[in-house]
Amino acid sequence: MIINHPLLGPRDAAEFIYLGDAALIDRPDWQAEDAMQQFHDYAYLRDNPAGPHQELWYHEQGDRSWLVVTRDTTTHDITDVQLARDVARSRGRDK
Amino acid sequence: MTQTNRISGGQIDRARSISFTFNGKRMTGHPGDTLASALLANGQRLVGRSFKYHRPRGIFTAGSEEPNALVQLRSGAHQEPNTRATTVELFDGLSATSQNHRGPLEFDLMAATDLLSPFLSAGFYYKTFMWPRAFWEKLYEPVIRASAGLGRLSMQDDPDSYDKGFLHCDLLVIGAGPSGLMAALTAARSGARVILADEDFALGGRLNAETLAVDDMAGADWAAQVVAELAAMDNVRLMPRTTVYGAYDHGTYGALERCTDHLADAGGKPRQVLWRIYSKRAVLAAGSTERPIAFGNNDRPGVMLAGAVRAYANRFGTTPGQQVAVFTNNDDGWRTAADLAAKGVSIPAVIDSRDAPAPIDIPGIRHIRNAAVMDTVGRKGLKSITLTDGQVIEADTLAVSGGWNPNVHLTCHQRGRPEWRDDLNAFVPGANLPVGMAVAGAANGALTLAAALAEGQATATAQIEALGFTPTKTDTPRAEDEPSTSQAFWHVGESRKRAWLDLQNDVTVKDVKLSYREGFRSVEHLKRYTTLGMATDQGKTANIPGLAIMAECTGKTIPETGTTIFRPPYTPIPMGALAGRSRGTDFRPYRLTPSHNWAKENGATFVEVGNWLRAQWFARSGEKGWRDSVDREVEMTRNSVGICDVTTLGKIDVQGRDAAEFLNKVYANGFAKLPVGKVRYGLMLREDGIAYDDGTTARLSDNHFVMTTTTANAVLVFRRLEFARQCLWPNMDVHLISTTDGWAQFAVAGPNARNLLRKVVDDGHDMSNEAFPFMACGEVTVCGGMPARLFRISFSGELAYEVAVPARYGNSMMDVLMQAGKEFNAVPYGTEALGVMRIEKGHAAGNELNGQTSAHNLGMGRMVSQKKECIGNVLSQRPEMIRDDAVKLVGFRPVNRSDKVVAGSHFINRDDTANMDNDQGWMTSVAYSPSLGHSIGLGFIKRGDERMGEVVRAVNPLQGSEIEVEIVSAHFIDPEGERLRA
Repeated sequence: MIINHPLLGPRDAAEFIYLGDAALIDRPDWQAEDAMQQFHDYAYLRDNPAGPHQELWYHEQGDRSWLVVTRDTTTHDITDVQLARDVARSRGRDK
Repeated sequence: MTQTNRISGGQIDRARSISFTFNGKRMTGHPGDTLASALLANGQRLVGRSFKYHRPRGIFTAGSEEPNALVQLRSGAHQEPNTRATTVELFDGLSATSQNHRGPLEFDLMAATDLLSPFLSAGFYYKTFMWPRAFWEKLYEPVIRASAGLGRLSMQDDPDSYDKGFLHCDLLVIGAGPSGLMAALTAARSGARVILADEDFALGGRLNAETLAVDDMAGADWAAQVVAELAAMDNVRLMPRTTVYGAYDHGTYGALERCTDHLADAGGKPRQVLWRIYSKRAVLAAGSTERPIAFGNNDRPGVMLAGAVRAYANRFGTTPGQQVAVFTNNDDGWRTAADLAAKGVSIPAVIDSRDAPAPIDIPGIRHIRNAAVMDTVGRKGLKSITLTDGQVIEADTLAVSGGWNPNVHLTCHQRGRPEWRDDLNAFVPGANLPVGMAVAGAANGALTLAAALAEGQATATAQIEALGFTPTKTDTPRAEDEPSTSQAFWHVGESRKRAWLDLQNDVTVKDVKLSYREGFRSVEHLKRYTTLGMATDQGKTANIPGLAIMAECTGKTIPETGTTIFRPPYTPIPMGALAGRSRGTDFRPYRLTPSHNWAKENGATFVEVGNWLRAQWFARSGEKGWRDSVDREVEMTRNSVGICDVTTLGKIDVQGRDAAEFLNKVYANGFAKLPVGKVRYGLMLREDGIAYDDGTTARLSDNHFVMTTTTANAVLVFRRLEFARQCLWPNMDVHLISTTDGWAQFAVAGPNARNLLRKVVDDGHDMSNEAFPFMACGEVTVCGGMPARLFRISFSGELAYEVAVPARYGNSMMDVLMQAGKEFNAVPYGTEALGVMRIEKGHAAGNELNGQTSAHNLGMGRMVSQKKECIGNVLSQRPEMIRDDAVKLVGFRPVNRSDKVVAGSHFINRDDTANMDNDQGWMTSVAYSPSLGHSIGLGFIKRGDERMGEVVRAVNPLQGSEIEVEIVSAHFIDPEGERLRA
């Protein structure tokens, strides 16, 4: 697969490490009332869609960017690639 | 032998002769020959024995689809089994031997297997070798393996080298036949970067095998002219001898280039290169493959595909025989008769299954309409054929044409399904092609020359226009649409003898019918039950006829019956090519520590730790085994001072205004308030609360920390820190870089550690215990001004430091430390002594941090802060993770001090039966403690911290060991920590 890195252009998937669902960005609030349940879901529950999937890839043999790649799991069609940091910020994560 | 079957013409260099051997027999051929064409020229018709029945077999095709003519090439370590004689380029000195027979090829002792064929039909393994069960491994399998099979491996290391490479292009053209050449020419003239790859050593495809004209030139001459033009262009890479074997995601293709296979001696160059080709667009112009018609005894040497017979005559100046009969269900088969007749070869008859006039006028030809061949005679070479009406015709060669299948293989590699075309009686590429691929020419069902040329041009034009190139005006070359109608005629029902479909796996029409009767009717079941299409040729000539016969049985159409989907590779890829340079010690390169050379010169024995080679111990003369060396290293360290290269621990530089806060989040214990100039032990958890990694982190300044990780997790921890930094806390001002390779780091441990270091660290750095106490750190200079870092940390439990210098000085630093240590009798120690000392001190390592244990288990539960946000602290508090009766890390010593504790032993209470119900925990790390004079262990046992002094049994049934051990503190040495604070 070719991943179109937002900074570096098209790069072979072999340069990357795959992590999984980009929902891992949405780490729960540790002080929430039901933090235990939220962290349980965060750590263990993943959607496994046949179709478009937002997932985390790490450019380990490159610039060390974590990316959010939108990939169709049935065709490997990649429709969107963003820096995970930008995604995290846009989802309201602060420090 | 002489070349009795040479006829005029062809693209071979008759001026030069090449000498080669087949089964030790010396023969000659010419440059431009394949091994197959040279064998045919020399009249060698029998070339091998079949897989299952050991039937005599000859050359069947003229290309990579060959099912029969598999030979063993070369000898000794260079020996290569299962090469197709039809693709092997002849070279001087080539030696080939036939496969799968006992005794000489002509008198195979295993040929009697054929007489057992009534018992060996499809599925016979499953039915016959059921009972008794124990016989399978001991008797049946060895016997079957010995009798069936293909070539043999040399059983020696492959002395050849293989490489891998990467290529990029705008347009990849796969196949250099008429459509491929036109596609490449069109794209290349427009300025696009083009790669043109073809499995053959001569580019031109069928143009080289036919007598059809292009632009009033012989087709082969036209091809040569186009190839010459392409070869002169900078934007074109011609890749003959290159099989594009797979279509992968996003325009990536796999290709195997046979660089030196056609040479007697590779001359040090790689034999083959496995290419990964990145293309923006691709044109698949892979041509088509002729298929046979099934009839009785259609596997005899001399029965060949009609297109192949024509190729041998036109391209190689060789006729497979002197009397070549033709059996066809289509117009194309007639061209074999026409071409060979024009070269003066006798054509006894053309048998056409259709009741139609001859499509090509051949003077004096005997045309037998509406007829078929139902049997043949000639065990080791065809002598005659018998037609359905009973008449017998003498012939030494039968050219069979059952029509042509477009080579759709690569169109299926991304799950595309081919579609049936009734007018062609063949599958053509479906709509769902790999991204960027278009198909042209015969591969797309354009089976005539004029159509192939036009389609190659049009397809390439569309492809490069999509990339923004403007095609230059190129006239489509003039060529004929030769007659090409065909009839759906798959097998001769009147045949009473076995009619072969899959020649390589010996599958017959009867086998397919049996499969149907026994209920294995889907294509996938048919394949697995009969092994149709499962040989090294993947059924290139067999699949469609097999499918057609199943369709007849079920009364369905062929497309209703199904298609087999093709997967990579198109043709077999040698394991050596897939491995490339990653063989032996190059499979995974070693990382060497900075003091590796010093260690080597000083007698170190090395051990692999992750990718690293580390000194395990340093043997001295007179020591009888590793234990002697390790015990001495421990004793000398504990008594005076020892030095160990600890560079392999991961080192991560953490800087930024939020560095302290960041570390506070990734470590379970607090780091925000660590003072500058201090080091702290840190424990990392996984998000699920399990212990992940540990190490020390030093604060060099307000915004600058140096973290260490375990050797094994260095890469993983760094990855995870980047994740935390970018994805979880994206607004923190914190920056990371791995400095594992940047600094050489040495542990200097033992009562004389300070005295030794005082001689190395420059004056002006106060080394006193007051100024530089336990867990202090700082930037210093050593050896008269060289920058270094000093950490007062201890893994051994002794007064100890770690000193880090830029990696390039590592080897010298080891030397300097040892010289300075001479007066203290300093000793270098390896990983074994390191391990013994950490067990004596009760430090957890990989055996304890094994991905199943929590901080609670490790006795560090209270370190996990609940007052701050950090990875893993929430889930670490789940009730099951903090049970009162959880296992705890403690020490164990044998009640009988001379007993040896064994790692992996499970603990059982004294009076309980030793079974898993009574399991109390397990022993993780063991060592002989030279300091205590007996064996000791660390392990996890239920409520261990509350059971000091209790005696339990350590049971290890795998090693037949059961001893009594006493639960003790894990800190066997200096439990109060007086030594390390000295």
